[in-house]
Amino acid sequence: MLIVGELINASRKPIAEAIEAQNAEAIKNIAKEQWEAGAHYIDVNAGIFVEKEADYLQWLVKKVQEVVDLPCCIDSPNPKAIEKALEVHRGIAMINSVSLEKGRFEAVASLVAGSDLKVVALCMSDEGMPETAVERVKIADKLINKLVNKGVLIDNIYVDPLVQPVATNHNFGVEFLSAVEQIMNNFPGVHTICGMSNISYGLPVRKILNRTFAIMAVAKGLDSLIINPLDRELVAYLIAAETLSGRDSYCMNYLKAYREKKLNL
Amino acid sequence: MGVQSIFDAVISLDSDKVVELVKEEIGKGTDVSSILEQGLIAAMDEVGKRFSEGQFFVPEMLLAAQAMKAGIDVLRPYLIRSDSKSKKGTVVIGTVKGDLHDIGKNLVAMMLEGAGFEVHDLGVDVDTDTFVNAAKEKNADIVAMSALLTTTMPTMEEVIKAIKENQLKCKTMVGGAPVTQAFASRIGADGYSEDAPGAVEKARELLGL
Repeated sequence: MLIVGELINASRKPIAEAIEAQNAEAIKNIAKEQWEAGAHYIDVNAGIFVEKEADYLQWLVKKVQEVVDLPCCIDSPNPKAIEKALEVHRGIAMINSVSLEKGRFEAVASLVAGSDLKVVALCMSDEGMPETAVERVKIADKLINKLVNKGVLIDNIYVDPLVQPVATNHNFGVEFLSAVEQIMNNFPGVHTICGMSNISYGLPVRKILNRTFAIMAVAKGLDSLIINPLDRELVAYLIAAETLSGRDSYCMNYLKAYREKKLNL
Repeated sequence: MGVQSIFDAVISLDSDKVVELVKEEIGKGTDVSSILEQGLIAAMDEVGKRFSEGQFFVPEMLLAAQAMKAGIDVLRPYLIRSDSKSKKGTVVIGTVKGDLHDIGKNLVAMMLEGAGFEVHDLGVDVDTDTFVNAAKEKNADIVAMSALLTTTMPTMEEVIKAIKENQLKCKTMVGGAPVTQAFASRIGADGYSEDAPGAVEKARELLGL
């Protein structure tokens, strides 16, 4: 299970304030906490600062990597901001994201082409948001093929099938899950990734829906998640879900988590 | 009494019951505008209030709107015959260019319809000209814009500028997850709301209803 720690996102108020005040300590602390909790990538997002996004994104990468020995997930649709962040990035970053929307594919894909960068391929096209599994798989197919044709290794592609709120259409959960299963079966070697919180929009006690949905997606083959790694319960259940899905040889990960006291809730 | 039971049926999210009761009231000769105002519209206001207070949730808003719509469909032929005093104003709504998110925009459109506004939904990825032309064509009182991306938010400002340049009399409203009151004020929007029921209140306020 690959975990992207989602907390350094400027759409969260304390983060926006820390960025504006250039409070490096605050950012470093959150990076460190996520690292200690087992995150593999630290997401950095400065999207709300439209004009200053590129500078802030670069600053975030610098500050995060001053304290943790982890790559970042550079969370921006803006190729200029991504490039600026990459200038200072150490290691192999993940870019979040490329999609089939006009203008957005070429610009970001050309940054990734011929590099070792990991890339999130978001299932969105100019035809709008996919609603069914069939629509998602169709977009995923195009994205994967176009990226592979540009020389991106399939192992570096993380398809995000796009989570939509179950409150607005009760089939949105099951269509997503079915898409994960088909993508993982149809394109051996590719990864699937998503954030959780969209699923529960408009409903109470969102945590229960988010967690249950994450577990169900892992059962369908989802192997990467953008989550809050400080949520110890969620992480423990994800480890268990992966073990139960047949992706934990001899249950070694589960036992390792036990010995590291990650299962003491 | 009869109109109150229509109100109750909308709150209970029961479309069939609403249709049945509206037919019954029409049969009894109850004033159609009171069926609309005190029955259906008042019920949607209550639904919006409960939503804002965290007692009702999105799926319940959707069902209530369906129930309301079913009632309006029965009422429509009679409304056209009666005077048009129940018309609240015309709203042109859409998600701005480059942005394909429609959930919030749909909720706002639905609640505005529920409040008796004439709503023209332009869909998603709507460019500035389309907003301006629709506003002219429909003689809109309000142009409402949604953006869910920080990258598409600035487009709202272009639409507002174009509306002013074309000297259209309509008011402008903006909303969407990254949009704030401060942003709305900065780009010269007349109204902003955090959620769908708030958008209805704002629209009424802007039109002095």
